[in-house]
Amino acid sequence: MDARRESEPAPAKNRTTVERKSERELVVTRTFNGPARIVFEAWSKPELLKRWWTPKSYEISFISCEADVRTGGMYRFVFGHATSEQPLEFYGRYIEATPHARLVWTNDEGGEGGAVTTVTFEERGAETLVVMHDLYPSKEALDAAIASGSTSGIGESFEQLDEVLAGARQ
Amino acid sequence: MVQFSQLRFDTSFAALSDATRRGVLEQLGHEDASITDLAQKFHMTLTGMKKHVGVLEQVGLVTTEKVGRVRTCRLGLRRLEEEAAWIEGYRQLWDARFSELDKVVEELKRKEKVDGRKKRE
Repeated sequence: MDARRESEPAPAKNRTTVERKSERELVVTRTFNGPARIVFEAWSKPELLKRWWTPKSYEISFISCEADVRTGGMYRFVFGHATSEQPLEFYGRYIEATPHARLVWTNDEGGEGGAVTTVTFEERGAETLVVMHDLYPSKEALDAAIASGSTSGIGESFEQLDEVLAGARQ
Repeated sequence: MVQFSQLRFDTSFAALSDATRRGVLEQLGHEDASITDLAQKFHMTLTGMKKHVGVLEQVGLVTTEKVGRVRTCRLGLRRLEEEAAWIEGYRQLWDARFSELDKVVEELKRKEKVDGRKKRE
Protein backbone atom coordinates (compact mmCIF):
# COMPACT_ATOMS: atom_id res chain seq x y z
CA MET A 1 0.00 0.00 0.00
CA ASP A 2 2.77 2.42 0.95
CA ALA A 3 4.77 1.46 -2.10
CA ARG A 4 1.79 2.23 -4.27
CA ARG A 5 1.31 5.59 -2.69
CA GLU A 6 4.92 6.43 -3.43
CA SER A 7 4.56 5.60 -7.09
CA GLU A 8 1.41 7.72 -7.31
CA PRO A 9 2.15 11.01 -5.62
CA ALA A 10 -0.78 13.33 -4.97
CA PRO A 11 -1.19 15.01 -8.33
CA ALA A 12 -0.85 18.76 -8.59
CA LYS A 13 -3.86 20.45 -10.12
CA ASN A 14 -3.57 20.38 -13.89
CA ARG A 15 -3.74 23.55 -15.90
CA THR A 16 -6.64 24.49 -18.15
CA THR A 17 -5.67 26.49 -21.22
CA VAL A 18 -7.89 28.35 -23.66
CA GLU A 19 -6.73 29.73 -26.95
CA ARG A 20 -8.47 31.42 -29.84
CA LYS A 21 -6.69 29.30 -32.39
CA SER A 22 -8.01 31.11 -35.44
CA GLU A 23 -10.79 33.47 -36.41
CA ARG A 24 -13.33 30.65 -36.11
CA GLU A 25 -11.81 28.34 -33.51
CA LEU A 26 -11.50 28.15 -29.78
CA VAL A 27 -9.48 25.40 -28.11
CA VAL A 28 -9.53 24.27 -24.48
CA THR A 29 -6.98 21.76 -23.19
CA ARG A 30 -6.64 19.94 -19.90
CA THR A 31 -4.89 16.79 -18.68
CA PHE A 32 -6.64 14.38 -16.30
CA ASN A 33 -5.02 11.86 -14.02
CA GLY A 34 -6.77 8.79 -15.29
CA PRO A 35 -7.15 6.53 -18.31
CA ALA A 36 -9.13 7.70 -21.35
CA ARG A 37 -11.94 5.17 -20.77
CA ILE A 38 -12.66 6.69 -17.35
CA VAL A 39 -12.46 10.32 -18.47
CA PHE A 40 -14.66 9.48 -21.46
CA GLU A 41 -17.16 7.78 -19.18
CA ALA A 42 -17.48 10.99 -17.17
CA TRP A 43 -18.34 12.89 -20.37
CA SER A 44 -20.81 10.35 -21.67
CA LYS A 45 -23.05 9.32 -18.79
CA PRO A 46 -25.66 11.94 -17.79
CA GLU A 47 -25.49 11.00 -14.10
CA LEU A 48 -21.73 11.69 -14.16
CA LEU A 49 -21.92 14.77 -16.40
CA LYS A 50 -24.34 16.30 -13.92
CA ARG A 51 -21.75 16.12 -11.19
CA TRP A 52 -19.17 18.36 -12.84
CA TRP A 53 -20.80 20.46 -15.56
CA THR A 54 -22.27 23.03 -13.14
CA PRO A 55 -19.50 24.09 -10.76
CA LYS A 56 -20.78 25.21 -7.38
CA SER A 57 -19.09 28.61 -7.55
CA TYR A 58 -21.24 29.49 -10.58
CA GLU A 59 -24.49 28.97 -8.66
CA ILE A 60 -26.12 27.11 -11.49
CA SER A 61 -27.66 23.68 -11.22
CA PHE A 62 -29.18 21.12 -13.50
CA ILE A 63 -32.93 21.01 -13.81
CA SER A 64 -32.54 18.15 -16.21
CA CYS A 65 -29.71 16.48 -18.07
CA GLU A 66 -30.43 14.27 -21.03
CA ALA A 67 -27.54 12.96 -23.11
CA ASP A 68 -27.83 10.04 -25.48
CA VAL A 69 -24.12 9.76 -26.21
CA ARG A 70 -24.21 7.77 -29.41
CA THR A 71 -23.59 8.91 -32.99
CA GLY A 72 -26.85 10.63 -33.94
CA GLY A 73 -28.04 10.85 -30.32
CA MET A 74 -29.46 14.06 -28.87
CA TYR A 75 -28.65 16.00 -25.72
CA ARG A 76 -30.55 18.62 -23.79
CA PHE A 77 -29.21 20.36 -20.69
CA VAL A 78 -31.54 22.59 -18.69
CA PHE A 79 -30.05 24.77 -15.97
CA GLY A 80 -31.57 26.83 -13.24
CA HIS A 81 -30.13 29.73 -11.30
CA ALA A 82 -31.18 31.29 -8.01
CA THR A 83 -31.66 34.77 -9.45
CA SER A 84 -33.58 33.86 -12.56
CA GLU A 85 -36.99 32.41 -13.20
CA GLN A 86 -36.12 31.50 -16.75
CA PRO A 87 -34.22 28.24 -17.11
CA LEU A 88 -31.34 28.03 -19.56
CA GLU A 89 -31.49 25.41 -22.24
CA PHE A 90 -28.68 23.97 -24.33
CA TYR A 91 -29.24 21.27 -26.87
CA GLY A 92 -27.90 19.59 -29.96
CA ARG A 93 -26.90 16.32 -31.53
CA TYR A 94 -23.90 14.05 -31.25
CA ILE A 95 -22.45 13.84 -34.76
CA GLU A 96 -19.88 11.33 -33.59
CA ALA A 97 -19.33 9.31 -30.43
CA THR A 98 -16.30 7.04 -30.58
CA PRO A 99 -15.86 5.40 -27.17
CA HIS A 100 -12.78 6.48 -25.22
CA ALA A 101 -11.53 8.65 -28.08
CA ARG A 102 -13.77 11.29 -29.59
CA LEU A 103 -17.03 13.18 -29.19
CA VAL A 104 -18.44 15.65 -31.70
CA TRP A 105 -21.64 17.56 -31.08
CA THR A 106 -23.62 20.49 -32.43
CA ASN A 107 -24.80 23.46 -30.36
CA ASP A 108 -28.21 24.27 -31.71
CA GLU A 109 -29.83 26.54 -29.10
CA GLY A 110 -28.34 29.65 -30.72
CA GLY A 111 -29.55 28.84 -34.22
CA GLU A 112 -27.22 29.31 -37.17
CA GLY A 113 -24.31 30.78 -35.23
CA GLY A 114 -23.72 27.72 -33.07
CA ALA A 115 -20.33 26.06 -32.93
CA VAL A 116 -19.53 22.42 -33.56
CA THR A 117 -17.64 21.02 -30.59
CA THR A 118 -15.08 18.24 -30.94
CA VAL A 119 -13.58 16.67 -27.84
CA THR A 120 -10.68 14.24 -28.16
CA PHE A 121 -9.37 11.97 -25.39
CA GLU A 122 -5.74 11.04 -25.82
CA GLU A 123 -4.22 8.62 -23.33
CA ARG A 124 -0.63 9.39 -22.34
CA GLY A 125 0.64 6.86 -19.83
CA ALA A 126 -1.59 7.11 -16.77
CA GLU A 127 -2.99 10.46 -17.93
CA THR A 128 -5.44 11.61 -20.55
CA LEU A 129 -5.14 14.80 -22.54
CA VAL A 130 -8.52 16.28 -23.35
CA VAL A 131 -8.70 18.79 -26.20
CA MET A 132 -12.00 20.55 -26.72
CA HIS A 133 -12.31 22.38 -29.99
CA ASP A 134 -15.16 24.76 -30.86
CA LEU A 135 -15.47 25.54 -34.54
CA TYR A 136 -17.80 28.46 -35.29
CA PRO A 137 -19.44 28.86 -38.70
CA SER A 138 -17.76 32.23 -39.24
CA LYS A 139 -15.42 34.75 -37.65
CA GLU A 140 -18.50 36.91 -37.02
CA ALA A 141 -20.20 34.14 -35.04
CA LEU A 142 -17.26 33.73 -32.67
CA ASP A 143 -16.78 37.50 -32.42
CA ALA A 144 -20.46 37.80 -31.54
CA ALA A 145 -20.19 35.11 -28.86
CA ILE A 146 -17.24 36.96 -27.36
CA ALA A 147 -18.81 40.41 -27.67
CA SER A 148 -22.05 39.32 -26.02
CA GLY A 149 -20.17 37.88 -23.09
CA SER A 150 -17.69 40.65 -22.57
CA THR A 151 -19.57 43.91 -22.83
CA SER A 152 -20.98 43.70 -19.33
CA GLY A 153 -18.23 41.88 -17.48
CA ILE A 154 -18.28 38.23 -16.59
CA GLY A 155 -20.01 36.36 -13.85
CA GLU A 156 -21.70 39.24 -12.09
CA SER A 157 -25.26 38.49 -12.96
CA PHE A 158 -27.31 35.75 -14.41
CA GLU A 159 -27.61 37.47 -17.78
CA GLN A 160 -23.87 37.63 -18.04
CA LEU A 161 -23.46 34.04 -17.03
CA ASP A 162 -26.04 33.17 -19.65
CA GLU A 163 -23.82 34.76 -22.28
CA VAL A 164 -20.75 33.03 -21.00
CA LEU A 165 -22.45 29.69 -21.13
CA ALA A 166 -23.98 30.40 -24.52
CA GLY A 167 -20.54 31.23 -25.81
CA ALA A 168 -18.98 28.42 -23.88
CA ARG A 169 -21.24 25.95 -25.59
CA GLN A 170 -19.32 23.00 -24.47
CA MET B 1 -2.47 26.62 -30.90
CA VAL B 2 0.42 28.92 -30.16
CA GLN B 3 0.83 30.06 -33.74
CA PHE B 4 -2.19 32.29 -34.08
CA SER B 5 -1.60 34.35 -30.96
CA GLN B 6 2.11 34.46 -31.67
CA LEU B 7 1.45 35.74 -35.16
CA ARG B 8 -0.87 38.38 -33.79
CA PHE B 9 1.66 39.35 -31.16
CA ASP B 10 4.36 39.73 -33.81
CA THR B 11 2.23 41.85 -36.12
CA SER B 12 1.23 44.04 -33.18
CA PHE B 13 4.88 44.61 -32.49
CA ALA B 14 5.55 45.41 -36.13
CA ALA B 15 2.71 47.89 -36.03
CA LEU B 16 4.30 49.57 -33.02
CA SER B 17 7.81 49.61 -34.46
CA ASP B 18 7.15 52.87 -36.28
CA ALA B 19 7.49 56.20 -34.44
CA THR B 20 4.63 57.84 -36.34
CA ARG B 21 2.28 54.98 -35.50
CA ARG B 22 3.23 55.16 -31.84
CA GLY B 23 2.58 58.90 -32.01
CA VAL B 24 -0.83 58.28 -33.59
CA LEU B 25 -1.75 55.90 -30.76
CA GLU B 26 -0.67 58.43 -28.18
CA GLN B 27 -2.68 61.12 -29.92
CA LEU B 28 -5.78 58.90 -30.08
CA GLY B 29 -5.29 58.21 -26.39
CA HIS B 30 -6.15 61.86 -25.77
CA GLU B 31 -9.01 62.13 -28.23
CA ASP B 32 -10.48 60.61 -31.37
CA ALA B 33 -9.26 62.21 -34.57
CA SER B 34 -9.92 62.16 -38.29
CA ILE B 35 -7.30 61.01 -40.79
CA THR B 36 -7.01 64.63 -41.91
CA ASP B 37 -6.34 65.81 -38.32
CA LEU B 38 -3.68 63.16 -37.90
CA ALA B 39 -2.03 63.89 -41.25
CA GLN B 40 -1.74 67.56 -40.33
CA LYS B 41 -0.48 66.83 -36.85
CA PHE B 42 2.27 64.56 -38.15
CA HIS B 43 3.03 66.65 -41.25
CA MET B 44 2.15 63.87 -43.62
CA THR B 45 0.11 63.38 -46.76
CA LEU B 46 -3.36 61.96 -46.39
CA THR B 47 -2.29 58.83 -48.25
CA GLY B 48 0.69 58.29 -45.96
CA MET B 49 -1.44 58.63 -42.86
CA LYS B 50 -4.08 56.31 -44.28
CA LYS B 51 -1.40 53.64 -44.64
CA HIS B 52 -0.26 54.00 -41.04
CA VAL B 53 -3.80 53.93 -39.72
CA GLY B 54 -4.45 50.89 -41.92
CA VAL B 55 -1.59 49.00 -40.27
CA LEU B 56 -2.85 49.88 -36.80
CA GLU B 57 -6.37 48.95 -37.75
CA GLN B 58 -5.30 45.57 -39.06
CA VAL B 59 -3.96 44.49 -35.68
CA GLY B 60 -6.91 45.90 -33.79
CA LEU B 61 -5.06 48.78 -32.14
CA VAL B 62 -7.20 51.34 -33.90
CA THR B 63 -10.74 51.29 -35.22
CA THR B 64 -12.09 53.72 -37.78
CA GLU B 65 -15.55 54.82 -38.74
CA LYS B 66 -16.54 56.84 -41.75
CA VAL B 67 -19.31 59.36 -41.24
CA GLY B 68 -20.07 61.35 -44.36
CA ARG B 69 -16.68 62.24 -45.82
CA VAL B 70 -14.78 62.10 -42.55
CA ARG B 71 -13.08 58.94 -41.28
CA THR B 72 -12.74 59.09 -37.51
CA CYS B 73 -10.05 57.04 -35.78
CA ARG B 74 -10.14 55.83 -32.20
CA LEU B 75 -8.18 53.44 -30.05
CA GLY B 76 -9.14 49.82 -30.67
CA LEU B 77 -7.43 48.43 -27.59
CA ARG B 78 -10.68 47.94 -25.80
CA ARG B 79 -11.74 45.22 -28.18
CA LEU B 80 -8.57 43.26 -27.54
CA GLU B 81 -8.99 43.66 -23.82
CA GLU B 82 -12.56 42.47 -24.03
CA GLU B 83 -11.55 39.42 -25.98
CA ALA B 84 -8.80 38.64 -23.48
CA ALA B 85 -11.26 39.09 -20.60
CA TRP B 86 -13.83 36.85 -22.23
CA ILE B 87 -11.28 34.14 -22.90
CA GLU B 88 -10.12 34.31 -19.29
CA GLY B 89 -13.74 34.07 -18.08
CA TYR B 90 -14.29 31.10 -20.35
CA ARG B 91 -11.10 29.49 -19.07
CA GLN B 92 -12.21 29.96 -15.47
CA LEU B 93 -15.56 28.32 -16.21
CA TRP B 94 -13.90 25.27 -17.71
CA ASP B 95 -11.24 25.19 -15.03
CA ALA B 96 -13.99 25.09 -12.38
CA ARG B 97 -15.77 22.32 -14.26
CA PHE B 98 -12.59 20.33 -14.66
CA SER B 99 -11.79 20.58 -10.95
CA GLU B 100 -15.11 18.86 -10.31
CA LEU B 101 -14.38 16.39 -13.11
CA ASP B 102 -11.08 15.52 -11.38
CA LYS B 103 -13.13 14.32 -8.40
CA VAL B 104 -15.37 12.18 -10.60
CA VAL B 105 -12.31 10.65 -12.31
CA GLU B 106 -10.68 9.87 -8.95
CA GLU B 107 -13.86 8.22 -7.73
CA LEU B 108 -14.24 6.12 -10.87
CA LYS B 109 -10.59 5.05 -10.62
CA ARG B 110 -11.09 3.94 -7.01
CA LYS B 111 -14.27 2.13 -7.94
CA GLU B 112 -12.53 0.34 -10.81
CA LYS B 113 -9.76 -0.78 -8.49
CA VAL B 114 -12.20 -2.17 -5.94
CA ASP B 115 -14.23 -3.90 -8.64
CA GLY B 116 -11.05 -5.34 -10.16
CA ARG B 117 -10.02 -6.70 -6.79
CA LYS B 118 -13.44 -8.23 -6.27
CA LYS B 119 -13.26 -9.92 -9.65
CA ARG B 120 -9.87 -11.46 -8.87
CA GLU B 121 -11.03 -12.79 -5.52
